[in-house]
Amino acid sequence: MQLTGSQFTETAAKYGNDLATFPDFPAEIRAPQGTLYGVSGFQLHFGSTRIHTPGDEYDVLVAMNAAALKTNIKNLKPGGTLIINIDGFDDKFLRLAKYDKLDNPIEDEKLLSNYTVHKIAITQLTRKALEESGLGIKEIDRSKNMFALGYVYWLFNRKTDFTENYLEEKFSKKPKISEANIKVLRTGYNYGITVEASSSTTEVQAAVLDKGIYRNIRGNEALAYGIIALAYKTGLDVLYAGYPITPATDILHELAKHKNYITTFQAEDEIAAVTAAIGASFGGGLGVTASSGPGIALKTEAIGLAVALEMPLVIINVQRAGPSTGMPTKTEQSDLLQAYYGRNGETPLPVLACNSPSDSFDIIYEAGKIAIEHMTPVMVLSDGYLGNGSSPWSIQDPDLLPEIHIPFANRDHIKDGKFMPYLRDDRLSRPWAVPGEKGFEHRIGGLSKENETGNVSYDPENNQLMVELREQKVENIADYIPGITIKAGVEKGDILVLGWGSTYGALISAVTDCHNQGLKVGFTHLRYLRPFPGNLEKVLSQYRKILIPELNNGQLIKIIREKFNVHAIGMNKVQGLPFTKNEIINKIQDILKSD
Amino acid sequence: MPGNMKTSPGQTTKGVSSPSKSYASNQEIRWCPGCGDYSILKQVQSVLADENIPKEEIVFISGIGCSSRFPYYLDTFGMHSIHGRATAIASGLRAIRKDLNIWVVTGDGDGLSIGGNHLIHLLRRNFNLNVLLFNNEIYGLTKGQYSPTSPLGTVNKTAVWGTIDLPFNPLKLALGADATFIARGLDIDPILLRNVLKRANQHKGTSLVEIYQNCNVFNDGAFSVLTDKATKKDNTIVLDHKKPLVFGANNDKGIILDGFSPSMVKLSDVSENDLWIHDEEDSLKATILTRFFDNPENDGFPRPLGVLYAVKRPTYEDQLWDQNKMAIEQLGKGNPYELFKGKNYWEVK
Repeated sequence: MQLTGSQFTETAAKYGNDLATFPDFPAEIRAPQGTLYGVSGFQLHFGSTRIHTPGDEYDVLVAMNAAALKTNIKNLKPGGTLIINIDGFDDKFLRLAKYDKLDNPIEDEKLLSNYTVHKIAITQLTRKALEESGLGIKEIDRSKNMFALGYVYWLFNRKTDFTENYLEEKFSKKPKISEANIKVLRTGYNYGITVEASSSTTEVQAAVLDKGIYRNIRGNEALAYGIIALAYKTGLDVLYAGYPITPATDILHELAKHKNYITTFQAEDEIAAVTAAIGASFGGGLGVTASSGPGIALKTEAIGLAVALEMPLVIINVQRAGPSTGMPTKTEQSDLLQAYYGRNGETPLPVLACNSPSDSFDIIYEAGKIAIEHMTPVMVLSDGYLGNGSSPWSIQDPDLLPEIHIPFANRDHIKDGKFMPYLRDDRLSRPWAVPGEKGFEHRIGGLSKENETGNVSYDPENNQLMVELREQKVENIADYIPGITIKAGVEKGDILVLGWGSTYGALISAVTDCHNQGLKVGFTHLRYLRPFPGNLEKVLSQYRKILIPELNNGQLIKIIREKFNVHAIGMNKVQGLPFTKNEIINKIQDILKSD
Repeated sequence: MPGNMKTSPGQTTKGVSSPSKSYASNQEIRWCPGCGDYSILKQVQSVLADENIPKEEIVFISGIGCSSRFPYYLDTFGMHSIHGRATAIASGLRAIRKDLNIWVVTGDGDGLSIGGNHLIHLLRRNFNLNVLLFNNEIYGLTKGQYSPTSPLGTVNKTAVWGTIDLPFNPLKLALGADATFIARGLDIDPILLRNVLKRANQHKGTSLVEIYQNCNVFNDGAFSVLTDKATKKDNTIVLDHKKPLVFGANNDKGIILDGFSPSMVKLSDVSENDLWIHDEEDSLKATILTRFFDNPENDGFPRPLGVLYAVKRPTYEDQLWDQNKMAIEQLGKGNPYELFKGKNYWEVK
C-alpha cells in the first residue's frame, strides 16, 4: 500500500499548480485559520495505516481488509468516501482484526450509512484479471492494490500513464510483473467507468458558522430531506417518482428509506416518472420527480402539460456533463437554457438553483412552496458536484420552516353552480380542486383552455390571454422572493462577478482575495433564476462590467444580456471540472488590465 | 389518505341513485356523426349509474386521439393528458388515492404504440384501474394512418404499398404482461359492453377492456363481419364463466380442446360434456382464446367476446400502502428533526 500511496501523491503532484486549490481531490479540506472565506489547503492521506496524525480526518478511505477499516474508520469524515475490498472481510480477516464473525462491519448498515460506500470484490476481480498471466496466487494478490489505485484515479480524474511508466521502469527486469500490475491498474480504472462510480468534494467556504446544531450533508441527501420536510409541513401525500440515472438516483435511494413520510415509485422510464408525479398532484398530493439532463429531456412534454394544467410539480435536475450521455459522473451547468426554454410552446416555469450541498434543502423546500402556492411546476437545478459533495448544514427544525398556504378550491370558486378551475387569485394562480370533493368535478387537459371555466377553447384572443397570464403568474413570483445581496467585495465598482449554482465556493473565494488586494470587485450569486430577484437590475447597474463565470458555454449570460441589455463578459469551462479560485482571479485581473 | 379531505366542501352522493344522464357534462360532443365512440360513452354512463358511483369519486384520464376526448363528456373529474401517458398518470394518481374510481381511456395508437411501455408495466403492477382500449385499427384524429393493430397489408396514407408491420394482438400482449383481467366488447353491442364494463369495474386490479370501435370515416367496416347481423353469430363467441363454448347462427357449433389444440365442431357430432368449458381463471385456456384469430391453425375460429380472463392478485397500491404503513409503525411519522440530525452532528455555541 506504500507504493500505491506514493504513486497517487506523485501523480497528484504531476498535475501541478492546481494541487493546492483543486477541490476534487481525495484530501482533507480545511479552512486556513482566521480568514472568513478562505479555501482549504489540502493534506493527502492515502492508504497506509501508518500515516495518520491523531485528529486528522480523511475524505476517502480505502480499506483493503478488516484491520485497515478498524484502525482508520474513526478518521474518515462523516459523509466521506469509503472504498471497501469486501474480500478482506472473510472470517479469517475478521478474526485477525478481532471482529466477531457476526459483527462484520461491512454489513453494519448503521455504521456505513455515515459514508458513501463503494463495496468492491477487489481480490476476486484482480485474480480474474490475471488468471491467464501465469503468475502464482501470491504474486497476483500482491498487485490488488493497483486495482484500488486505478479505481481512485478514475474517481479523481487522474490518468494512469504516470504510474504505468513507473511500473515499467521499476519492474524492467520482470516484465511479467510489470504487465500484471498495469493490467490490474487499468482494470480498477475501467471498473470505475463501468459502474459509473463518482465522488466529489466541493470547494467549501470556511465561513464562521452561526450558533446551532450542524452536520455534514450531501446535496442529494439534502434534497431528499427537503422533500420530507415538504410532506411533513404541508400534510400532503408526496409522491416521489423517479427512474435510475446518474447522478440523481441517490435522491430515490434516500427517500426509499423513508416511506413513513412519503411514497416512492420507481417508474418504468423518465416519462412515466414525471407523469405519475403529475397524476399524484392531480389527486391532491405533491408530485416530485428528479433526473439528470438526458432524463429531463424525456420529461419535457409532460412538464409542458403541467405548465398548461397549472399544477404543482417539482422537477429536480442534478446536472451532469453533456451533450447526450456526455460524462455522467462529471459536473456541468449546461442545462439552464433547457430549464428555461426547453419545451414546446410558451411554457414559462420558475427555476431555482442550489449553491451548496446544504443549500439544496432550502432550495427544494422553497421550490415546493412556490409550486403549491403559485400552482406551477418548478425546476430545481443541482449538479453532480452538489449532489455528491457535502457541506456543513445547520439542521433545521421542520416545525420552524415557513408555512405553506395550499390554495384548495372553495365555494368562492363556484359560479352559477359550476366550479371554475381557472378562476385566478391576486397571484394569478388558480384553485386546486381535488377528486372526491362534491361540486368540484371538472376536466382539465393539454388543449387550450378558456380562462376561468377551463373549457376547451380555440378562441384566438383567449389563447393569447392564457399565455400572457401564465407568463405574468411566473413573473409575479419575484414579489414573493428575497432580493439579492452582495456576498463579497464592493457594492459598487468595476466588476460584478455574477454566478449561480455550484460555483459559489470558487467565486466567493476569488472575489474575496481580489477585494483584499484592493480591486473594486463585488460578488453575488443567484438562487432564483426565473424569475430573477426584483433588485437584480439595480445591483447590475452598480458596476462597470459584469463577469459571468459558468460551467457551460455561456447560458446565464444570454439571459442576462437579453433581459437587462448590460455589458456582460462570459467565462466558460466545459471539462466536467469545477472552476478553481485562481482561474477566476486571473480572469478578473485580465479584465482590469485590458481596461 | 388525502389529508385535504378536511377541505371537502360537501357530502358525497353515495347511496343516491344517479340516472346516467347526470354523468354527462355540458360540453358539446365533437366526434364524427356515426362514430362508435358515442355508443361506448353511453354504455359507460349507464354503467356508472347502475353501479351507483358518486360522480365526485370518479376520475377519467385519457391520452391523445379521438377516444381521448372522452373525459370532456363526463361530469366527473377528468384529465385529457398527453399522448400515450394516461396509464402512467393514472398510476401516480392511484398510488396516493385508493379511494377513487379511476378509468383510463386510450386507443390502439395511444395505448399500444406511443404508450405501449406504460401499458405493459401497468398490467404487471396491477394498479386497480379500468383501462378502456378503443381499438379501431387506425389513427383517426390524424386522419387515417395505420396503427399497431392494423391488419397486415392494410393500405392507407402511410402504407401506400400495404403495411408490413405485424399487428399487435392486444389481449395476447396483455396476458404476456401478466394482466389480471382481460375482456373484449363491441361498440354496437350495448348489453355485452355493459356487462363487460361492469365486470371490469368490479375487478380489483388492472382491467383491460378491448373495445372494437368502428371509425366510420377512416376505417369503416373494420369489424363488420363481427357486428353485422348476417355474419355476427358465426364469427363471434360470447364467453360465459363455467359455460361451454357454443356459437353459430343456430347455436349449433362449439369448440373442443384436445390437449392444447382447439378445434371447431358441430354440436350434433359431440356430446355437450366434451365441449370446452370456459374458465376465466385458467391462464392457459385464456392464452389459447387470445390466439383464436391470429393463429393460422385457428383459421375461421369465432372471435371471443366477454371476459377472457380474470384472476385475483394483490394490487400495487395495496402493497405500496402496506409498506408505507409498516414504515410508519416502525419509524413513526412525527417531526423528522431527529432523522435530519442523524448521529454525527455537532454544536456551535
